[in-house]
Amino acid sequence: MTKFTAFNIFLIGVGGQGIGLLSEILIRAIDYSGQRCIGVDTHGLAQRGGVVSSHIKIGDVNSPLVLPGDVNLALALERHEAARALNYLKDNGILVYYNTSWQPLPVRLGKEPEIKEEEIESTARQRNISVFKVKYALPDSRMQNIALLGVVAKNNLVPGVEPKHYLMAMEDLMSERVYSANKEIFESILEAR
Amino acid sequence: MKSLGEVLIQRGPFSEIVIGNSAIVRAMLESGVKVVTSYPGSPTPEIAEAINSIPKDKNPLYFEFSTNEKVALELAFGAAVNGYTSCVFFKSVGMNVVADSFVQLSMMEIPGGMVIVTGDDPGANSSQNEQDNRHYARLSYTPIFEPKDAQEVYEMFKKAVEYSRKLRSPVVLRLTTHTAHFKQKVSFGVYEPSPTGEPLFDPNANGPYIPIAQNVPVMKRRALEKLLRWQEISENYAFLQGNGSDVGIITAGLPYLSLLDVLGESAKKVDILRLGMVYPLPRKAISEFLRKHKVVKILEELDNFIEEKVKAIAYEERIDVEIVGKTDIEDWIGEYTPEKVYSVMSKFSPELVRKVEKPVKFVRVVNRPPQLCPGCGHRPVFYVLSKLLREKDISVADIGCHTLGFLEPYKVGQILLSMGHSTGTASGLSMFNKDRKVVAFLGDSTFFHAGLPGIINAVFNKHNFTLVVMENGTTAMTGHQDHPGKAIKIRQILEAIGVKHIWEVDTYQQDKLEEILKTALETPEFNVVIAKHPCMLKFTRERRRKGIIKVPQMKVTNRCTLAGVCITKFACPSFQRADDGSIFVHEDLCIGDGSCMVVCPSGALEFEKIETGGGAK
Repeated sequence: MTKFTAFNIFLIGVGGQGIGLLSEILIRAIDYSGQRCIGVDTHGLAQRGGVVSSHIKIGDVNSPLVLPGDVNLALALERHEAARALNYLKDNGILVYYNTSWQPLPVRLGKEPEIKEEEIESTARQRNISVFKVKYALPDSRMQNIALLGVVAKNNLVPGVEPKHYLMAMEDLMSERVYSANKEIFESILEAR
Repeated sequence: MKSLGEVLIQRGPFSEIVIGNSAIVRAMLESGVKVVTSYPGSPTPEIAEAINSIPKDKNPLYFEFSTNEKVALELAFGAAVNGYTSCVFFKSVGMNVVADSFVQLSMMEIPGGMVIVTGDDPGANSSQNEQDNRHYARLSYTPIFEPKDAQEVYEMFKKAVEYSRKLRSPVVLRLTTHTAHFKQKVSFGVYEPSPTGEPLFDPNANGPYIPIAQNVPVMKRRALEKLLRWQEISENYAFLQGNGSDVGIITAGLPYLSLLDVLGESAKKVDILRLGMVYPLPRKAISEFLRKHKVVKILEELDNFIEEKVKAIAYEERIDVEIVGKTDIEDWIGEYTPEKVYSVMSKFSPELVRKVEKPVKFVRVVNRPPQLCPGCGHRPVFYVLSKLLREKDISVADIGCHTLGFLEPYKVGQILLSMGHSTGTASGLSMFNKDRKVVAFLGDSTFFHAGLPGIINAVFNKHNFTLVVMENGTTAMTGHQDHPGKAIKIRQILEAIGVKHIWEVDTYQQDKLEEILKTALETPEFNVVIAKHPCMLKFTRERRRKGIIKVPQMKVTNRCTLAGVCITKFACPSFQRADDGSIFVHEDLCIGDGSCMVVCPSGALEFEKIETGGGAK
């Protein structure tokens, strides 16, 4: 490992799935854990049902934008975007994705087949990338990002960041009502076997 | 919950994780800015969000979204000439809209100080080009600060205000998409509210302000003299990282950070000069740097703006050094992300770049273009027109969410220049054109922004085409900012201009919409269809805020014959394909608007019954 100590996280999903909030919770939690971190989201028309991504880097880093192939941890909120994220990961990296499918236009028009779990997992195996597939019954689909965060925290996939840091960040960003609902989901995932 | 407004307004000093756009607002407060204006355009709208998050009673900033960027700049100028420090911000192509007034600013004495923030967009993440606004600086003798991250966005804005007041001259703070959205823990200073003060516009003392013939040389000489003083200031913003190497790299802005990530360890094998001001350039620092190196690489995004000037300095100062700038067309194109800088620097010297193994095997990915949202009122217009327009007819797009009409399956909207161009371009396309019908589109925000002159011209000079005004009641694409249409009725303006044929229709009444569009396309004179429906994304967000989450959604019943009109022609994203080829409605997407029901040839679509007795809570 070169002196260049950096831990790069790449988040991706479809506009409207809550990537911005997930990324904001993550970067604040990392900060609460006492580590230096920078980040950037993509904004603009892509948010209208297009691809939205967010980059977060921890440690001795300079540009907030990741170098494809140089990502340690990828979080995807949708299956087609999980495939896109896989191509950003280093070999031996980690992919966590919420297993829901918002079919992109070419699939809905019948021009390309939908991406299935096996396609992602077979490529991941060949590159020694471990995959966490996440799916929960949630009161509101907009909480899928917090479910993903629960899996990240449970398996402590971000070095040095503990569950309490995520909760402190969530409390900063959510109203009382929203915080308590999301805290419940987050903690139920933490305790699940 | 920690509100951004409360954080920004605290006395301080303090530090907080923010993006560049929010850091600017703290800088506005600390430096005593009084008036801020804008027109919404990515990547800058979050500046307005941060301003509006400050509690009204504690907010010293007057802020407005003006009709367009030019009006916004002129308003900020008027306030600044009156002694109130002002700021106008807009996206890159907004510079073209303000240009007529912007180019005059450096010839004017501006006692209050005035900062112009341009949000450039290398890589055209959300713009119709990736124009390099640094050229406007040379055209108008206006200095430019170029920050590399959110901390520097904050620091440079404050310095820009300080110098702008001292020299009574305009100054540009040039952001790009990823410095505007750069997120880091920024350390802020102390905020002391300052009194508003009396207006002090004084043309006798600070004039001339009328650039007629004999005044122009006086005013221009003043601008050029100030530029020399700005050049001295730029020497303070020449940041040198010297390691005694005979290879040097001159760079600026975010590309500098990409460079460091790409060099990694070998950053110690080169000297780097980063320019914090890119106009005027620090002549002393640059010539000294050139003298100390055999080879100097200029690493800059978009055009060879710095390269040309550095080569001129080398010539004028008789310095013998090899200067390597843009080596091919590709070096001019795209954002200088780490990935791009990796390839640019590999061409310059492969052994300098850090080793990163590329994934040996890629998984298949599917392109995902942005989409009109589920329930969007624009969709019925494009669906109907994709049936009515013949292959040879012409459709002229404009800028807004409705630009997405050009995508499959609608393909409505074939040509686009800029905001509000559609009526002018359509007039030209309809010349000498008997057979090919011409239809133009215009958003309601763009109608006020730049659409009106083209409409007035079409009436006055009798051009023959159909204009469809897409009225959703908001500036939707950039985040639902308000626009004058909230108070001023578009129909009344059209009537006052003398448009003879005007129809208004709710786009959810698709049969009536189709009938009106058919008539409009047959009308041999300029005519306007106002296609109305509120923005459904804004509607559903407001509904969620009221706590209404579950609503009756659409259901594909067994009457479905797989005609596929809903999924391949109307193409609302809520319709998805099951593995067995059947069509279903995605529960995370459908908002229960029902605008699709009328398109199904077999009447197979109906609202699902929810156990709580149906109907929204």
